[in-house]
This record gives sequence, structure tokens and C-alpha cells, in this order.
Amino acid sequence: MATKQKFSISLVFQYLAVIAYILFLGFPFLWMFITSLKTPIELLELDQSLIPDGFYIQNYIDILEKRGLIQSTINSLIVAFVSTIITVLVAVPAGYAMARLRKFYAKAATGWILFSQVFPLSLVIIPLFMAIRSINLLDSLQGLILVYVVANLPFALWMLRGYVASIPVELEEASAIDGASIFKILRLIIIPLLTPGIVATSLFTLLNSWNEFFFALVLIQTPERETLPLTLARFVGSEGQVLLGPLAAGAFLATIPSLIVFGIIQKRISSGLLAGAVKG
Amino acid sequence: MKSPSRAKLYNQDAWLLTIPAFIPLFFLSIVPLVQAIWTGFTDLQAGYDFKPKFIGIENFRRLIGDTFFWQSFRIGIVWAVSVTTLALFLGFGLALLLNQKLRFLGLMRVLSLIPWAMPPVIVAIMWQILLNPAIGPVDSILRLFNFPFADKYLLGDFETAFPTVVVIGAWVGMPVITVSILAALQGINSEIIESAKIDGANAWNRFRYVTLPAVRSITTALVALNIIWNFNSFGLVFVLTAGGPGGKTYLPALFVYNESFKYGNFGYAAAMGIVMTISVILMLVVYLKARERQDEN
Repeated sequence: MATKQKFSISLVFQYLAVIAYILFLGFPFLWMFITSLKTPIELLELDQSLIPDGFYIQNYIDILEKRGLIQSTINSLIVAFVSTIITVLVAVPAGYAMARLRKFYAKAATGWILFSQVFPLSLVIIPLFMAIRSINLLDSLQGLILVYVVANLPFALWMLRGYVASIPVELEEASAIDGASIFKILRLIIIPLLTPGIVATSLFTLLNSWNEFFFALVLIQTPERETLPLTLARFVGSEGQVLLGPLAAGAFLATIPSLIVFGIIQKRISSGLLAGAVKG
Repeated sequence: MKSPSRAKLYNQDAWLLTIPAFIPLFFLSIVPLVQAIWTGFTDLQAGYDFKPKFIGIENFRRLIGDTFFWQSFRIGIVWAVSVTTLALFLGFGLALLLNQKLRFLGLMRVLSLIPWAMPPVIVAIMWQILLNPAIGPVDSILRLFNFPFADKYLLGDFETAFPTVVVIGAWVGMPVITVSILAALQGINSEIIESAKIDGANAWNRFRYVTLPAVRSITTALVALNIIWNFNSFGLVFVLTAGGPGGKTYLPALFVYNESFKYGNFGYAAAMGIVMTISVILMLVVYLKARERQDEN
């Protein structure tokens, strides 16, 4: 601690940097929240104040009453939850197998997962669009769910493989010698131990699907089937420039679920990333 | 010693477990990729009953002379490199601060999550509000510092639109970099730093010879990933500027999107996607080779 005293000038600079970072990172979000609480008259004032005159919740009522916003929230929830459940159901056994398979297969699968990250979505989107169209799922939530499952699978597999690799293999070997099948081992030994990893992976998938924009933009055409990001993006293009209060309110509401989910899993994501990377 | 026969038996069944994941990945990831490459060599256009013809490298020949595409391509490279560089420096700085014993670090950790968790569409909406001269604070703040463009809508001006979008891109990219570098910093054994101090290494030398080598491999991975993500990024800029003003922020992903879904030229757009993919791979190879050469020296 004595060295800290000596470098008091550098300490001042460090605190200035901390303040600058806090403003840069946090202020935009705070300002959006403030804007969402201002009346239309306040928003016309020349100098915008940091503290709104009151809590003008009419902005929130207005945005929720916008045609389609509640419907698109429901759509987003359906797509996010269903695609997450399917992704996890499919990825747990595969992630387990990848962690325990012979090195060659595991390496090939990991290689593909990494390779698939290099391709721009704009390249794959055309055949994907046509594939979804050919099974008549274009402009449907089912089609979007299917695409989200596939889009989330590489990362889910990557994370789960890392979590499985950190479970000692001896337990499974003992059961295998006792004659348990691999399915039984998975169900009775692995899944209970893997629960924290499954929770982290599901929340991450949920967040991705809730936030996703590009696939929804291409695959959904009818307003009734739009997800929340689509509806909000369309609102920006049309009336949003004049209805800034409700727009800020909608943007704030759409962020809350993401922030909550993210707050819960933040530590696990970083450790999951590391687990996937280290336990190769 | 594991008994080999058991291990083998266990491996033989394991592949069955990968089938439910493999089937969707095969049909909606591997097959589309192969089809996309094939499409780049055809004249495929939008429409249900369009019969595509194989036209060889015609799309690529046409693409070479397409100055609009190369303009967008150049914007994409400048964008990817600038955003990655800026986000890396800002994120590295933040990670170093978070690794110190300072106050408000808890608050900063929470705040640094916000850009990561926010949907790209919402990030774009939020920054449009902030930059709006009528209701946002940014122009007043800039006027305080006598910034020359303070009275303009920064996203709508020819000169300021691109740098503004780069700063917003870096704001989005910072958290992942911060968290990953911080994890590497916390992995440094404090005894090494202590013994370096005893050996008389000053702060700069400790940074140069202890800290930097410890974060080197994670930094390489982060730069590579960010180059890929940024070069292909779409949602943020699509909502922020839609490529405007005057094409100043027209990223290649936006270009390909418009070529396919606005003009319906699927084959030509696929050729663009192929060129983008090869370019990303080339950029990565050059970067990783350069890092490797540094390691040898």
C-alpha cells in the first residue's frame, strides 16, 4: 500500500480515466431512460435537462399501444424460448459426445464450429432463404426458430463441450464397466453435473435469439409475425423521428430482459468461453 | 490405466448422440454454404420459378469492374480495422483499470455489460437519440469543447458520419475485449510481478515484459474475431444510417443485402459474399502470420 501513496499523481489519472469510462459506458443508457420520461413539451425545449420534470409514463403507454408492439413482444418471447429449448436438447448430447469422442472427430467438429464463424451471414442467407422457402416456412415463426437453432448451435456446442470436459471421466468409466449404456450415463451422471453449464448456455442462447435482427429482417415479411427488434427498427424509419419519447420508452423496455439475463450469466459466459478454449 | 476395450465401446455409441445436432447443422449450415458457393457461379435471381444457369466466372468478372462494390469493400476494411483497433485500446485500458485496486470498480463492471447485452437495433436507436441535436446531449458536450462539427447531426454529415459510426462500433465491441483481457490479467501470478519489482524493473518494463506477454494470445484471438465480426457486421449500421449519407457508411454486408433482397440478384450477391469470405480469410492469415513472425523474433 505504501507504493500507492508514492504514485498519487498516477492515481489521480487513474480515477479520471475511471470517470471517463463510466460516462462513456453508462451515460448513453441513462440518457435514453431520461428521454423516455419526458413529456413532448419538455422534449421541445432548447436545453435538455438531466432531470425530467416528472415521471411521464404516457410514453410507455403510447409505445405499448402502438399497433403490433405487444404482438411482436409475444413473438419474440416464443421464438427465443422455443429455439433455446430445442438448441439445448440437441446440443447437450452432442456436446457430451464431442468432449468424450476420439480426438479426431472432436477436432473435426471443433474445426467446423470455428470455420463456420468466418462466413458472412450475407453469403449463407440466400440459400438459407431458399431452403426455408422450399419447406414453406418463410414468413413464419417456425422457420425463424429453426434458423435460430442452427445459428446458436455452434456456440452452444462449444460451451457445453468445455463444461463436459471439466467433469472427471472416471465416474462414467465405472458405470460403463457396470454395464450402463451411454444414454443412461448421460441421463444419470452427466446431466445432473452439467446443470450450471446448461443454464448458462440456455440463457446465452435466449439472449442471442431475443436480440437477433438480420435473419428476422430477411425471413419475416408480415407485420403480425415481426419480432421486437424488427418492429422497433420499422418504427425508427417511420414515425420514430417525431415520437422520440415513446421510441426511447420502447427501446428501454426491450433492453431490460437482455440486461437481467446478461447480469445473471455474465461470469459464466466468460468462464464458459475460457472452458471451451482451454479444455481442448 | 483405462481399459481400451471399454473406451472403444463407449466411443462407438457416442456418435449416435451427435445426430440430432448434426442433421440441422448439415441441412441449414453446411448445405447452404456449398449452395452459396455454387450460386456465385450462376445467374440466379429472386422469384419462385427462376431457372438458374451456370455462367462460370461471369459474376466475378463483372464484380471486378463494379466500382460501387469496391468502394463499399474499402469502407468495410477501414471500418473493421478502425473499430477493432479503437475497441482494443479502450477495452485494454479498461481491463487494466479494473485490475487495479480502485473505487467504483463494481459500478464499472456492471456498466461495461450494458453495450454487450443490448440488442444492436436498440443500440442504434439509443445513439440516434443521443446524437439528435434537438434532444441529445452530444452536441452540447461537443460545443463545450469547441468541436467544429458540433451543430450538425453527426450521423447525417458527409465528414462526420463514418468516424461517428466507428466510435459507436467500438462502444459495442469494448466489453467482450475487456472481460477477456481482464481474465488473462487476473491469471498473472503476483509473485512474478513482485520478483520483477525486486529486480528493479520499473512500471513500464513490468508492463512490457510481464503484462503484455501474458495477454498476448488472448489479444491475438480477440483481434482475429473482431475483424471477422466487424467486417461482416450489419444490424447496427443498417438501423443507424442505412449506409448513408451518400454511401459513406455503406458496409459490404449492407451492399450484399440490398443486392439480394432489394434488387433480387442472388447469383451476383453470392459472388460478393464469396469475395468477402476470401478477403476475411486472407486478412486473418496475414495477421496471424505477422503475429507468428513477431513471436519468433
